[in-house]
Amino acid sequence: MCTTDAKRIGVLYLLFATFMALWGGILSVIIRLELAAHGPHIITDASFYNALPGMHATAMIFFFIIPAFTGVANFVVPIQIGAPDMAFPKLNLAAFWILPPAAILTFAGFFMNSLPEFGWTAYPPLSNSVYSPIWGADFWVIGLILVGVSSTLGAVNFLATVFNMRCKGMKMFQLPLFTWAMTVTSFLILAATPVLTSALLMLTFERMFPGVFYFFNPAGGGDPILYQHLFWFYSHPAVYIMILPGFGMVSEVITVFSRKHIFGYVLMVWSMIAIAVLGFLVWAHHMFATGIALEIRVGFMFLTMLIAVPTGIKIFSWLATMWGGSIKFDTPMLYATGFLAMFTIGGLSGVVLASVPVDIQLHDTYYVVAHIHYVLVAGSLMTAFAGVYFWFPKITGRFYNELLGKVHFWLTAIFINVTFFVQHWLGMKGMPRRYYDYDPAFELANMVSSVGSVVLFLAQFIFIANMLWSMRNGKIAEGNAWKDGFTLEWQITSPPDHHNFHHEPYWKPLIRQHVGPDQPGGLWHRYDD
Amino acid sequence: MASQNASLAADSMVGEESLGVSNGKLGMWAFLVMDAMTFAGLLAGYARLRWTPGSDWPLPIEAFGFTGIQLTALNTFILICSSVSMVHVLAEQMRGNMERAKKWMLFTIFGGLVFLGIQGFEWTHLIMDMWPYLFDEGYEAAYSVNFAATFFILTGFHGLHVSVGVIYNLIIYLGLRSGKITKDDTSVVEIAGLYWHFVDLVWILVFTFVYLI
Ligand code: HEM
Ligand SMILES: [Cu+2]
Repeated sequence: MCTTDAKRIGVLYLLFATFMALWGGILSVIIRLELAAHGPHIITDASFYNALPGMHATAMIFFFIIPAFTGVANFVVPIQIGAPDMAFPKLNLAAFWILPPAAILTFAGFFMNSLPEFGWTAYPPLSNSVYSPIWGADFWVIGLILVGVSSTLGAVNFLATVFNMRCKGMKMFQLPLFTWAMTVTSFLILAATPVLTSALLMLTFERMFPGVFYFFNPAGGGDPILYQHLFWFYSHPAVYIMILPGFGMVSEVITVFSRKHIFGYVLMVWSMIAIAVLGFLVWAHHMFATGIALEIRVGFMFLTMLIAVPTGIKIFSWLATMWGGSIKFDTPMLYATGFLAMFTIGGLSGVVLASVPVDIQLHDTYYVVAHIHYVLVAGSLMTAFAGVYFWFPKITGRFYNELLGKVHFWLTAIFINVTFFVQHWLGMKGMPRRYYDYDPAFELANMVSSVGSVVLFLAQFIFIANMLWSMRNGKIAEGNAWKDGFTLEWQITSPPDHHNFHHEPYWKPLIRQHVGPDQPGGLWHRYDD
Repeated sequence: MASQNASLAADSMVGEESLGVSNGKLGMWAFLVMDAMTFAGLLAGYARLRWTPGSDWPLPIEAFGFTGIQLTALNTFILICSSVSMVHVLAEQMRGNMERAKKWMLFTIFGGLVFLGIQGFEWTHLIMDMWPYLFDEGYEAAYSVNFAATFFILTGFHGLHVSVGVIYNLIIYLGLRSGKITKDDTSVVEIAGLYWHFVDLVWILVFTFVYLI
């Protein structure tokens, strides 16, 4: 519990993330059960319902996806660059231990019967002391500030680690793509998260000292749109904080399971950097409906659509990597390819939303909900699964059960679509998001979505059971568990020893050809033990 | 090689630096980027609220009463001086004059404390005398209340940084005094210096925005 070994901290992160995913999942199932049919059902208190989507989103975004990626990265990044640990092991531990108290604060409203009802975006004036005069809301805001502190400390640590702790011979443009993804993500966190913190600080002051601070309340000369600008200046980049690590994981999985080197490595890196830079220039596409000037909206629309270009490059590179490879469809690869197919749907619905006239129609409808979930569930969640299955043998020294893994994949992939695909239709027909009840005409589609969500939720227990059982009883994995792993983490024992390497590793550029690991001159990097 | 003691070998690996600067320094730079963005967010809020049509912003020169900007200008000068003395700490440490380094460190801490004292005095004056509506609902603010709100949040957040800096410097001073920080290891002082100069730099921005423009 208080080890400073990055690998163990990584596992702590993963355990924490799993709990929060279950918690967020339960909330989402409650939401879906309530919406399964028209009229009130399991929730009699509309105001309780009103709080659920926001609490669900907060749990999933801030306490599940981001920590889950941080967890895997803690385990993998130092090893991939040949370092014994992170640059600041104690800071690393501190960053983790900020999270549980932050979660308790954020969700304290549940114990105090004072749940904030302003969604995960907390727009004022809804979130100010006039409309949300409850303690639960204050705790929520402070909880989020703490998560921000935790993730910025983590980012500082990753950057110092990647820039300064690489083993001999490894240049930046030789980093494995997952490590690159974490580097770019850390920059995003560093530049974006503090802006959210500044907005939340102002919100806190406005809530604590009513009548004195009016940052966002127009009654005292404040500007509610200012909050949205600051919030989205964080939260748009945040969507890439939630997907770039996944991109990195998929790059690793696809190369190993296609037994080929990544196609267009340099382009892959630059497209990630381009996505990150563009990510800072598109935030106002969340604000098309706020009445900002048309010229500004059109500019943001153009920049938003531009993001499709580097994203397309990445998709193309993954496909080209698979092209002509001898592909093995183990569970991680299933998740990686499933992600490719379904993330494309999410990206396309994003481009649709980016178009100003369309967005005016679809904003705050279920279409946005469908878009979010195709990118976050079919994107971030599936890549996270790809990564966890992929590195499970490295982390535990044992294989998971492949059959259960495949069952888990197919149930997950199918029921993600059952749950979320109909939501596109609901949104186009005009069903608003975050409402307690809806027009009876929407009943069938909502029922489909609800059934899908329940199965999707239950299917995750297969994963948990598989992991728990395999930790003890799985087939023993050797160092290079997949046989074709060629980054440094596959050159050491599974699980790795305390400081990862027994002696200083060095990195040597390798001939990129398609051979097995026991033949010399193959794809992998040398580390003699 | 497998026989080699793993932890011994690992110890020799810690401190291996690819860029030739210490982890600590790199970490501090990254931290300062993040801190700068927090200030940027607050300053953006300030700019938006001030340069919004009909914001009714007073001229800062006229709005602070007798503490005025003269006192704050003096305070700015003091903070800059303490930044200069921080440079001396490092310089003396590098020359091996630990006694002098300690004295300059005390001077730096003193500068920070004076800055905080003057700021506290200014805040008291503003809260008590200048902006009665803060306490008393009966009073109308003479101009946009955001003038005070942005003032407090910007100078307050900066003041918090100075306070942290003073404590930080105090720890360094104790390190110097107890001999834990020797003349051979300048990195600790350098990193503290980065932080302190940053706090100074941000103050110049805040001062310019809140008091001068
Ligand atoms: C080509 C890529 C993408 C484009 C063009 C795009 C575009 C958009 C647009 C225009 C909206 C605003 C919809 C509205 O509120 O009316 C939106 C919402 C959203 N997007 Fe994307 N998006 C893309 C990729 C992503 C990715 C990769 C993620 C996350 C991994 C993501 C997560 C979200 C979320 C969470 C929202 C909803 C925020 C809310 O209102 O609660 N998007 N997207
Ligand atoms: Cu966005």
